[in-house]
Amino acid sequence: MPSPSFSLNIGLMEARLRKLLGTDTLLPYWLLLPTLVFIGVFFLMPLFNAIMLAFRADNGAFTLDYFKKMVADVRFIETLKYTFLLAVTIVPLQLITALAMALLVNTGFRGSRFFLYLFALPLGISDLAAGLIWLSIFTQHGFLNSILYSLGLIERPIYFISYQNIGLTFLAVVVAEHWRATAIVLVILVAGLQMISKDYLEAAEVLGARGWKKVWYVILPMLKPSLQSALIIRTIFALQTFAVVLALAGNIIPVLAGEAYFWHFLYRNSHIASAYAVFLMVISIGMTWFYLRFLRSRMEVIRG
Amino acid sequence: MSYPRLLRRTLLYMGVTAFALWVLIPIFFIGISSFTPRNEIYAWPKPIIPSHFSLDTMEFFLGSYGVLNSLLNSVWVALLTLSFTLAVGAPAGYAVARFFFRGREAFRLGILITRMFPTALLAVPLAVTFIRWGLYDTLVGVALIHTAMALPFAVIITTGIFMGVPKDLEEAAMTLGCSRFGAFARVALPLALPGLAAAAMFTFVISWNEVFAATILTVNNRTLPAHILTTIQASPLYFRFAGGFFMILPALFFMFLIRRYLFHMWGGATAER
Repeated sequence: MPSPSFSLNIGLMEARLRKLLGTDTLLPYWLLLPTLVFIGVFFLMPLFNAIMLAFRADNGAFTLDYFKKMVADVRFIETLKYTFLLAVTIVPLQLITALAMALLVNTGFRGSRFFLYLFALPLGISDLAAGLIWLSIFTQHGFLNSILYSLGLIERPIYFISYQNIGLTFLAVVVAEHWRATAIVLVILVAGLQMISKDYLEAAEVLGARGWKKVWYVILPMLKPSLQSALIIRTIFALQTFAVVLALAGNIIPVLAGEAYFWHFLYRNSHIASAYAVFLMVISIGMTWFYLRFLRSRMEVIRG
Repeated sequence: MSYPRLLRRTLLYMGVTAFALWVLIPIFFIGISSFTPRNEIYAWPKPIIPSHFSLDTMEFFLGSYGVLNSLLNSVWVALLTLSFTLAVGAPAGYAVARFFFRGREAFRLGILITRMFPTALLAVPLAVTFIRWGLYDTLVGVALIHTAMALPFAVIITTGIFMGVPKDLEEAAMTLGCSRFGAFARVALPLALPGLAAAAMFTFVISWNEVFAATILTVNNRTLPAHILTTIQASPLYFRFAGGFFMILPALFFMFLIRRYLFHMWGGATAER
């Protein structure tokens, strides 16, 4: 039971709100206002300012110098290469793993909910923490080397993370990022699977589609929108991979977001840092446009 | 049980167990590392289970310069972020869930597009702006950018939550004499509360985990991830492992609490395609 003072307060607030808000047709707009203001100040303004910082010299003149410096950087080609390589390697691996997890869980066996929560656990783990977790495994005297040694497979530690073994270092980053960020793909796919109407599945069974046939001809085509959202979202975030690389591989593998960080944090040059950020945004938009075009889908697939 | 069915069962359980181990073993390793005596971290070959468990590494981590301070900062920033985010985002979620108005779809699309902004694109120019506004190197400043990053999620999630509260109940309350606001406060809000609490915890985790913007926007008032990231090259391995373990603890705890809502929230977000 609400106490009298509580209802009095509500009545008072109601009267004030009514005076403030006017008619009911305006109400939804008033409710949106704080979010719109926030988006204006914390998305549109930084976007505008980043473009300004990237294209305008300190004296106010338009310049391409910062982009020229960015491209001329000795690490730039490497940075671009590794950023794309990471995205291209990790995202398909994640889609396959998450799809396998989702289909296994979706069979609804005893304890499937428990396993679903377990698989989703890395959702709460940050990229920095994931990098440190896998560092304890891949470092010189880490768990992987120790296990390989005690199995008699190696005689001295393998340097998984070093300039001499860039390939292995890259793989370590792929493993860590795959481990961390597959959960988000899983959640999107599980939500998609839950939306498939039971009628279709029953109809498929009646018509004789079972096991793999049912997955291939019924479930996968109906899951396509979810797969597309997962693909786009993960690609955009994979292009921004940052802390997991820094924690695990330090400077060995350069990535775009990392360069923006270094230019701002170490070299104190927010112009070139902004150039990297704008570049990253343009690539993200480009990739999204490419997917939407290529997969011939509606804009709505970016819903995740 | 017939033979093929038994075989399929066995394969199924083997599959999910393999995936479960893949997720759990690294967490187990970092946990073990954090309670291994410091000198054994560098031992070769390192035993999987240390000779004895000790709080040595954890004590070193928590006693290191700046750790406790940044820990407190992280908690404050996360609490501020969840307050800002719910205060700003929940009304929008309610509006999208309850009203059909001009621009509703445009708004939803706009919210989704903001999710594609690279963090660097927000953090670098905001650092310049915040210096001008006196928000640079303040906890409120970090909380504000974390709010911006969590806001799209909050709007999408709260939309799903309020859609889960039947509109009929509010209308019934209104026919029984409740005002619009009264119906919301007495009917919709209590029913939405568990979901809103889950959204709040999710927001807390987003802020607690965020490192890029927190590092760019602070110098002295670092959050825990920012402190660990900026000292990472100079700190010993045991410090990094303990830090990693410490960072995942609250996140795993909250994820456990809201486990029922995780899929519900995302399901709600994608439901009406």
